Amino acid sequence: MAAPREAEDAGGRSRAVVLPGPRAMWRSCLRLRGGGRHLLNCPRGGLTASRGPVPKPPAHARAYAPPAAERKRFYQNVSITQGEAGFEINLDHRKLRTPQAKLFTVPSEALAVAVATEWDSQQDTIKTYTMHLTTLCNTSLDNPTQRDKDQLIWAAAKFLDTDTVACSPLVLWVTDGPTLVSSGQTSSSASSLRLGSLAGGVEEPETLVELQRNEWDPVIGWAERRYGVKIGSSTSIMGPSIPARTREVLVSHLASYNTWALQGIEFVVSQLKSMVLTLGLIDLHLTVEQAVLLSRLEEAFQIQKWGNVEWAHDYELQDLRARTAAGALFVHLCSESSAVKHKLPQ
Amino acid sequence: MAALGSPLRTWRGLLRELRYLNAATGRPYRHTAAYRYLVKAFRAHRVTSEKLCRAQHELHFQAATYLCLLRSIREHVALHQEFHGKGERSVEESAGLVGLKLPQQPGGKGWEP
Repeated sequence: MAAPREAEDAGGRSRAVVLPGPRAMWRSCLRLRGGGRHLLNCPRGGLTASRGPVPKPPAHARAYAPPAAERKRFYQNVSITQGEAGFEINLDHRKLRTPQAKLFTVPSEALAVAVATEWDSQQDTIKTYTMHLTTLCNTSLDNPTQRDKDQLIWAAAKFLDTDTVACSPLVLWVTDGPTLVSSGQTSSSASSLRLGSLAGGVEEPETLVELQRNEWDPVIGWAERRYGVKIGSSTSIMGPSIPARTREVLVSHLASYNTWALQGIEFVVSQLKSMVLTLGLIDLHLTVEQAVLLSRLEEAFQIQKWGNVEWAHDYELQDLRARTAAGALFVHLCSESSAVKHKLPQ
Repeated sequence: MAALGSPLRTWRGLLRELRYLNAATGRPYRHTAAYRYLVKAFRAHRVTSEKLCRAQHELHFQAATYLCLLRSIREHVALHQEFHGKGERSVEESAGLVGLKLPQQPGGKGWEP
């Protein structure tokens, strides 16, 4: 029947076409912020998973789709139970499932508690874009893009070549003063620039170049010492040239994490656009707020100069912080093993 | 370099976030699984004789990360509601923006039912 396909071409809003389940789920994915990348990695379906494989959206699908009815909160209680494979989440009496209808199991209790809290905090409608941990768990369980460990590591290591903290801005001299063109995060947003705490009380630097050297060099130095590699920073448009040995060391370090943690690491790297900052996060060297500030250093600088636009800057800042925090927490919870050792006889 | 602050501050922040989350549902936050888990975790790892305990620092870091997650999600949703959540304007409002009013046609337009 051609009717479902026709609905995708036309404007669609006035059509009352009954779409099959998986299509409706992909529609709601297309509608969300984040665009194509999150479609591939983290299908944000709820419980409406079909039994068959999830179809990919057609290549010509428009970015704007008629808004599917948002799922209302249909459960009262969220509880956690322990199964053989791990911890499971129960919404009322039903077990939570991934978009591909697999049973939702997590290896760590803390992660299960956090996911249950996410589901519990939904009011009236289910906003899947606020449930970052659930999304990460779904991606790890389903692996919709079918990436194995090596592919994940390769995807994360690709960011080394254009690492945000290693690229210096190009300074173009125009008649009335220097204009700065910087690589890295190009979206504009920032928070209050708490540089004094980061740089140990240095006075406000004059230019962005000084700021970047003050803030980014210590992080690069820490990474170089911690892993015994050379990263350096570069001022050319090609970015830093990473020696092969550096790449090997970092790749083998990443290989020591399990697949779940690697999903989290790859997610954080693609949010912060920097491998070095991600390593700082997972090694507990930087807090999430610091890492996000360092990643958005140029926007923070420009905002300090030109002013903050709440509905754009703060909006994206909070979103980036949420995603980064979720990714970092996910990595930590998936790669830890806890054992309680009592020193005194109990 | 991690400027984590004191565990007490993180703990208070986490309690506040849990309070906000549960304010709408009406259920007291002390009955949630998250509160019970956090209380257990904070109490169990508070006592240690070592001066620099890596596991304690790790746990505090995870707590601070979770606090950042909850806080930023709440603020993001609040910003979305305030600035981006209103949807489209109606035709009357759009006309009113430029000082026009929609015509009142008592008989309805010819083609409408």
